[in-house]
Amino acid sequence: MFTLPLSFVFVILVGVSLFFFYFSKKSIVQKSAQIGQRSKTLSTYYGQNAFLWSFIPSCLILILISLAGPNYVDQIFFARVQELNPKFNDSFISLILSKVINVANGKIGTDDQKILTLANEYKIATEKLYFYRGLVVILCASMLGLLVSYLQKPKTNARDKVETFIINLFFISAVIAILTTASIILSLLFEALKFFNLYNFFEFLFGLHWAPNVAIRTDQVASDGSFGMIPVLAGTLLVSFIAMCVAIPVGLYSAIYLAEFAAPKIRDYIKPTLEILAGIPTVVYGYFAALTAAPFFRDVGGSIGLSVSSESALAAGAVMGIMIIPFISSLSDDVIRAVPQSLRDGSMGLGATKAETIYRVILPAALPGLVGAVLLAVSRAIGETMIVVMAAGLSAKLTANPLDSVTTVTVQIVSLLTGDTEFDDIKTLSAFGLGLALFFFTLILNVIALTVSRRLSERYE
Amino acid sequence: MDINRKNFTRSRKRVETRLKFYGLTSICFSLLMLATLLISIGLNGYTALQQAYFKISIPVDASEFTSEDGNILKNKINLYDWDGTVNRSFNKLFPEVKSRDDRKKLFSIISSNSGYDFKEIVKKRSLDKGKTVLTVWLSLSDDADQYLKGRLSKDIPEKDRRISNQEIKWVDSLVERKIAQLKFNKTFFTAADSREPESAGILGAVVGSALTLTITILFALPLAVMASIYLEYFAKPGKVTDFIEVNINNLAAVPSIVFGLLGLSVFLSTFGLPRSAPLVGGLVLGLMTLPTIIIATRASIRSIPPSIREAALGLGASKMQAAMHHVLPLATPGILTGTIIGMAQALGETAPLLMIGMVAFIIDVPSSFTSSATAMPVQIFMWSDSAERAFYERSSLAILFLVGFLIIMNLIAVVLRKKFEKRW
Repeated sequence: MFTLPLSFVFVILVGVSLFFFYFSKKSIVQKSAQIGQRSKTLSTYYGQNAFLWSFIPSCLILILISLAGPNYVDQIFFARVQELNPKFNDSFISLILSKVINVANGKIGTDDQKILTLANEYKIATEKLYFYRGLVVILCASMLGLLVSYLQKPKTNARDKVETFIINLFFISAVIAILTTASIILSLLFEALKFFNLYNFFEFLFGLHWAPNVAIRTDQVASDGSFGMIPVLAGTLLVSFIAMCVAIPVGLYSAIYLAEFAAPKIRDYIKPTLEILAGIPTVVYGYFAALTAAPFFRDVGGSIGLSVSSESALAAGAVMGIMIIPFISSLSDDVIRAVPQSLRDGSMGLGATKAETIYRVILPAALPGLVGAVLLAVSRAIGETMIVVMAAGLSAKLTANPLDSVTTVTVQIVSLLTGDTEFDDIKTLSAFGLGLALFFFTLILNVIALTVSRRLSERYE
Repeated sequence: MDINRKNFTRSRKRVETRLKFYGLTSICFSLLMLATLLISIGLNGYTALQQAYFKISIPVDASEFTSEDGNILKNKINLYDWDGTVNRSFNKLFPEVKSRDDRKKLFSIISSNSGYDFKEIVKKRSLDKGKTVLTVWLSLSDDADQYLKGRLSKDIPEKDRRISNQEIKWVDSLVERKIAQLKFNKTFFTAADSREPESAGILGAVVGSALTLTITILFALPLAVMASIYLEYFAKPGKVTDFIEVNINNLAAVPSIVFGLLGLSVFLSTFGLPRSAPLVGGLVLGLMTLPTIIIATRASIRSIPPSIREAALGLGASKMQAAMHHVLPLATPGILTGTIIGMAQALGETAPLLMIGMVAFIIDVPSSFTSSATAMPVQIFMWSDSAERAFYERSSLAILFLVGFLIIMNLIAVVLRKKFEKRW
């Protein structure tokens, strides 16, 4: 049996759909000529209608089979391998299965006769799957295309039909945003619930000890691992606090200067430059924090007799603050400029200086927006990953000393999930617990921030 | 005017001066930090543009791996003792080194991939039959390279140094004989990752990033445009629409690592898509940049004056025709700007890619959307994590390229915005 690769099927699908486009277009002209009645809309709409009906559903089927099919085949063969080796546990069987798959794909060779036969069967099954995928998709496209072409009469309002179809398509793409949020929440909840089955929820939430070192082999002597989130959370808050100490004053004063004092020409140059700072990838800040800022703080601390950890919260937090400056300054700049000119004019007309206008009129008026900007920045600091992965530590300590090394939620997620871990391992699952906590924490901050700043824009509309 | 009032006015003026001063200081601080960042990375990285090479003449017996008609036999060329050939010739440059241990140390100053590199050179050249002597430039080891660039100082005590006094003598003698020098580091642009800094390059990561971004743009741009048009022109005000808007605004602020967790549990574990693949990376980054592009697209659609749409409607166009034929073409520059900014954000993103396994050590340039790959920022992350000094240098140079490219992308966005910004 010959194989039908995805790209080939797709090209044929496009071809079939295009055929129905021209076919419908031509046939509607013929039909209207036959009964001597003009078609209700332009002939191209009849073609488009047929094209959409033959292309979109088949395309969805193609994607669906391509996503689910190989998984289904794998499951069947997982059961087959299990039948052959009933004594082994699941992880060993998936190892054998991956060997079978690799042999089937010709990536490795083997002498084992059993694996060879299985690999052969696997190959045939996959080819079969691909063949049927192609068959089903092409058949579906042709049937639907034919059906729609046949049903279209000159009196059908094809344009209406095409537009309704497209609007529904547009609606689905808008709903993707909801789907994404829902799948984030569901997947995090699902994995986190598995974790809370193995580990007490309240101990996770209020535990004071974080040490996720579980035995790798069952016979190994090691601690059971404890997953108390508080020290990790405290570390996150410490780093974010330091970052905010840098970012809020610098960002706010920059925004005030840019919005109220700077000449338009200077503004035109400085704003894009600050945007460069915002566009630098976080991994670059992480590199800077780990290789330049951290040694600098350590040396300076050492020269005045302070012992600064080489993975100090101070270095990570300060560099994170620099990263967030343009974020705060550009948001606040927008907010300050959104304050109506009449307020400024009124204040100046009463004889206030520019500084007084700013402190007593503009800032209070812009306050909700500024609070929103700061909250968004805090949420960003909490969720920031690369800087802390590269510059902060791994061991969870409950400390408020900025010179000490702390760990953060994101660092723990990365360290728990990179490397080869079993998917149902308690360590892996605990990362999803942390992820869930992170998501809700930032979600609350974002929602407050968005509501507060919306109130501002409503006030001056 | 009495003195009190004069003082009062003066102090009011002072408040203003102080406020101005704070503002200027803040801006200068930000600019200074930007400069420090770029300059420190630039100083670290520019030396990686060069690599230490040595010139050597190596005798090869071509008859051992070529067929009668001069074609290279694949299985035989791989069996030929390339490492030994290079090492023996290198030993001839230092005839005084005889003992086994000393020779081992001697060979440590040339790249341990020398044999492989030499084989690749031989493959490219058409050789005469029988024995020939080839004169080629091969890489020195990363430590010798760092020493020649002055990054390993002789002042450090020998035991703390990665290169011993003896090795330094050998390298110096090569330089004296004018057969070792720094040359342009071509490998950095033509190779993928490697365990040895001298054979590591960014091509694999660049191709990986390109493949990933292709998926991202194919996935995010159409969805974003369709969603924006729906929300601007077709959505009926109500709970569903409000909910969609809240979701989009919130998604824009969700930490990127959460998208990585989503990719891990949905794309990898539920759908069973391959790990480390640009396909999955692209989808995750696409979901992440979707809200950014939607917000930009909606803003640019909204900036088109309603009169244009109303004129189209008045002439009998349907709502769809007015949107697709009249508003969308005018909004294209704005959409393009938003897309470029979104893509720049996706290109620099690292954390979600770590979650879906694009952090693997991969020595091949990825060839398809499902083959294992890594991306530029992840490569930078991995290199800055490794022990060799020479990798820091390469990491910095990779950063310079990445940041340079991002700045160009952003500049294009700014120029586009300026050029097409119409005052209606």
